[in-house]
Amino acid sequence: MKKIGVFVCHCGVNIKDTVDVEKLTEQLAIYPGVTYIENYMFMCSDPGQNMIKKAIKEKKLDGIVVAACSPTLHESTFQNAVEEIGLNKYQLEVANIREQCSWVHNNIQEATRKADLIIKTAIEKLKLNESLKPVSAPLTKRVMVIGGGIAGIQAALDIADGGYEVVLVEKKPSIGGHMIQLSETFPTLDCSQCILTPKMVQLGKNKKVTLYVNSEVESIDGFMGNFKIKIKRKPQYVDPDICTMCGDCTDVCPVVVHSEYDEGLSWRRAIYVPFPQAIPASFTIDTENCLGFEPIACGECKKVCQAEAINYDVKTEFFEEEIGAVIIATGFDLYPVENIAEYGYGKYPDVLNGLQFERILSATGPTGGEMLRPSDGKVPKEIVFIQCSGSRDPERHKSYCSRICCMYTLKHAKLYKHKVHDGQPYIFYIDIRSGGKRYEEFIQQAVSEEGIVYIRGKVAKVYKKGDKMIVHGMDTLTGKKVEIEADLVVLAQSIVPSEGVEKLIKTLKLSSDDSGFLMEAHPKLRPLESLQSGFYLAGAAQGPKDIPDSVSQASGAAAKILALMSKDEIQHEPIIAVVDENMCSGCGICIGTCPYGARILDENKVAIVNDILCEGCGACISACPSGAAQQKNLTDDQINNMIRVILS
Amino acid sequence: MKLPYYPGCTLKANARHFEKSAIQAMEKLDFQLVEMKDWVCCGTVFSMTSDDLMLQLASVRNLLRAEKQNLKELIVLCSMCYNTLKRANDFIVKDKGNLEKVNNFMYKENLTYSGKIEIYHLLSILKDRIGFSVIAEKVKKKLSALKIGAYYGCLLVRPEELAIDNFEDPSIFEDLISTLGGESLDFAYKLECCGAYQTVTKKDVSVKRVYEILNSARESGCEAIVTSCPLCAYNLDFLQKDVEEEYLDFNRIPVFYFTELMAVALGCGWDKNWSSLHFTDPEPLLREKGLI
Amino acid sequence: MYIRIKAADINNTQVKKIEELSGQNIFDCYQCGNCSSGCPVVDYMDISPNQAMRLAQYGRIEEVLSSEMIWICSTCLQCSSRCPKGIDVAKVMEAFRTINLRNGIGVVNPKQLGITETKDIPPILLICAMRKMTG
Repeated sequence: MKKIGVFVCHCGVNIKDTVDVEKLTEQLAIYPGVTYIENYMFMCSDPGQNMIKKAIKEKKLDGIVVAACSPTLHESTFQNAVEEIGLNKYQLEVANIREQCSWVHNNIQEATRKADLIIKTAIEKLKLNESLKPVSAPLTKRVMVIGGGIAGIQAALDIADGGYEVVLVEKKPSIGGHMIQLSETFPTLDCSQCILTPKMVQLGKNKKVTLYVNSEVESIDGFMGNFKIKIKRKPQYVDPDICTMCGDCTDVCPVVVHSEYDEGLSWRRAIYVPFPQAIPASFTIDTENCLGFEPIACGECKKVCQAEAINYDVKTEFFEEEIGAVIIATGFDLYPVENIAEYGYGKYPDVLNGLQFERILSATGPTGGEMLRPSDGKVPKEIVFIQCSGSRDPERHKSYCSRICCMYTLKHAKLYKHKVHDGQPYIFYIDIRSGGKRYEEFIQQAVSEEGIVYIRGKVAKVYKKGDKMIVHGMDTLTGKKVEIEADLVVLAQSIVPSEGVEKLIKTLKLSSDDSGFLMEAHPKLRPLESLQSGFYLAGAAQGPKDIPDSVSQASGAAAKILALMSKDEIQHEPIIAVVDENMCSGCGICIGTCPYGARILDENKVAIVNDILCEGCGACISACPSGAAQQKNLTDDQINNMIRVILS
Repeated sequence: MKLPYYPGCTLKANARHFEKSAIQAMEKLDFQLVEMKDWVCCGTVFSMTSDDLMLQLASVRNLLRAEKQNLKELIVLCSMCYNTLKRANDFIVKDKGNLEKVNNFMYKENLTYSGKIEIYHLLSILKDRIGFSVIAEKVKKKLSALKIGAYYGCLLVRPEELAIDNFEDPSIFEDLISTLGGESLDFAYKLECCGAYQTVTKKDVSVKRVYEILNSARESGCEAIVTSCPLCAYNLDFLQKDVEEEYLDFNRIPVFYFTELMAVALGCGWDKNWSSLHFTDPEPLLREKGLI
Repeated sequence: MYIRIKAADINNTQVKKIEELSGQNIFDCYQCGNCSSGCPVVDYMDISPNQAMRLAQYGRIEEVLSSEMIWICSTCLQCSSRCPKGIDVAKVMEAFRTINLRNGIGVVNPKQLGITETKDIPPILLICAMRKMTG
């Protein structure tokens, strides 16, 4: 029989205050199989680990149970420790007596009894554990980045810099994301396009980067290190290699639609360049609005194109890429402001969202950077900014803080002041959140020196009276209701996951949080990784984020991937399904049950397991009618023994 | 077709023209409003304290009697009755304990209320059951050139769970006006309180509310206001006397019930007696526009 | 302009009474002020609805009970419909009024209203005022 050592952690007071560790030690010392038992304040500390190592050596232990916190936290710590001393890491079991016991109970006697049982089940499991070796699998050293905003661009550049090939998939006709729409960036007020376009150009010219624009991920197969991803590319109908960018086509196009780049504040044609610095630089046809697909109806652009670059017959194309790891950088959109009817967006042209105001501030915007309001082109002399428009409102809109609005709203107010010196900006706020580096100073300076008035309270209503926008708000500091006759109102809309990301999450089988943002593997310790192996997160796809944070996360995710790519092969957990060939009847039920395609019938009609593909989910094991399939180190015998202990 | 209808107190008193015009207009649409028997006051305001089951009794008694008369639903014209009856109904239907207590208390009615009566405002019936397009076809006298502000007040749209339309941006009233051929104009105060019962306790509060509401409508170009609540109608119309004294820039503006406009548009004409039930007589405006 | 905040006042029995009568959690309020900015009669109030909520969070129920604002509130439900935390503020105001009315404070005597001719006043108005102001 195995000689088992049990190590009970106090976790400071986290466990000790609710579980009587001394009594536990006494009771378990006489449990069959237990050769050695000890308790200690912090088992995860160096002295704690040394205690385990010393006991293995001196008492010749061949199985260890550490009763401590959840295995998601310290299982690997203890596995490494036992391996250092030569014990196979699968001869270690963690009994979770913190999250599943001490934290959720307060009766010491009962909690101690429960901890005792939890540890005994771990001992019973351990008794039948085999020593295992990780499964090795090959690694495709190519990376896919989904989303071509600042986060995606940064991640792609860093990975290409590390020497690996990158495939960047962007659903719009150009990379650049929302950052290309911005005027200047807080807190330094440097021009957004000036700092972004060099990166875009770098990316466009990088030989290691394959760019798919107008494209989306269609399907995925395989597993970490060995994905096969199908990309669907919508045609742009203009061959970028032939197009001379002369612009004759746009001049004759009869279709006029709202410009996405200018957030609906200006117009574009159905054949257009998304914006001057677009990458790839080419005209593209917007199929939803173009009339040319009915040759009788139109076809003007094709007639005037001397280079003969336009071809209406191009079809949607599909590409398959072999990929080792994927970064999701799908960014954000603004919460539809039409949902907040009391602010009158959509009804009044002089109520704008934050991105629209960015366009008005921008030199490449609809007014050429002049501060003019949309309704009548007049210079607005008083502007009201409304923060938390849809954020921090669990009842009707979004419960979370959108994190970037406090800063960009102040930036808006400042830039407005720089353009209209005698203008008066007012900012309605509930709290000011300025936690970033030099953010607070940015705000203080504006309030002291630039005449920006902050009003603490939420706006209830905005309506039009003559050519003014009347704003009814509250100043909770004086306790008085406030009315402002403004010329323009700007709403700091909540940040929401970008449109279409829900579908992508389904396609890639990823997880999202209750707001639709991608879920990280651990909120503090693994914020760059998805819960699903092989997927990494960058930028606002994971949650509202400003540019510095998006770039940091993108570089961080890239570093994670570079570390992965530096290995020759990937190692796969060996806790997977195994089949007893003599018992398998070849019914094939497991094949349909396996979500990973890891079960196949071999020539002898035995349903074997592909070790690389198997994720150890256990679905086939519970489905197997003959009991031929077993999970390694979690066999029926082990589970039965564990249940028996609990019921005894 | 017959529609069981609950009038409420004021439609039998100061708002008789509301009831009469409704009956006439509905007849033109081939619907007969049949008054339920033995109805009592609804209580006018829904009691909002959690321990006041007693204050729901007036409403529930009506529901119970409607059930006794084999009715499945009650059509209500007055916004306050609608709000009070419907909230009281929801209050007891959604909580079986409340329903049981109320039934036990009213044992003398010799019947227990099952909670199956549905409460509808006439506006919802016009929109959802009859359909505005059907009504449009029956319009004899289009209210063309009449610029009307639809005033919802509070109780048609709040609380949200019983709002007859989007509670922040409703359009059912405006759609009815367009159906009748009139021009509906949006104005900022259409969802704001008229002062309600403050008229008898703190009249200055109501007077200022009425001034602001009517002024906002005037500024938006409205020539008349339309409403569905006898209390709003009273405040908005009869307080114009006080508003005039208080605010020198004020100009009177007629306040209609929506059923009056329906009656005119559907060809029932204007009953002289209705004029006397208004403070600001709408008749001259209707004449000026050639509608009567 | 001085409040002595004491642990014993926070969530005292009076606060619990208000919460029980209204069915609302006073401590949900994070003071955004939306109730007050949308209130159509706030200009007649001595303290604003959000201040009443704040005072209640400090346990200073008496201060709200003696304020004018609870009687100015006309139960239009605008505050309740827009509260980002889903507090039915109008119910909280009703709870304050109810406590007063049950103690005989603020009860309106119809004879003192100076109404001589009831036929000119619609029943809906009188009944509704009486229901609200007599408890």
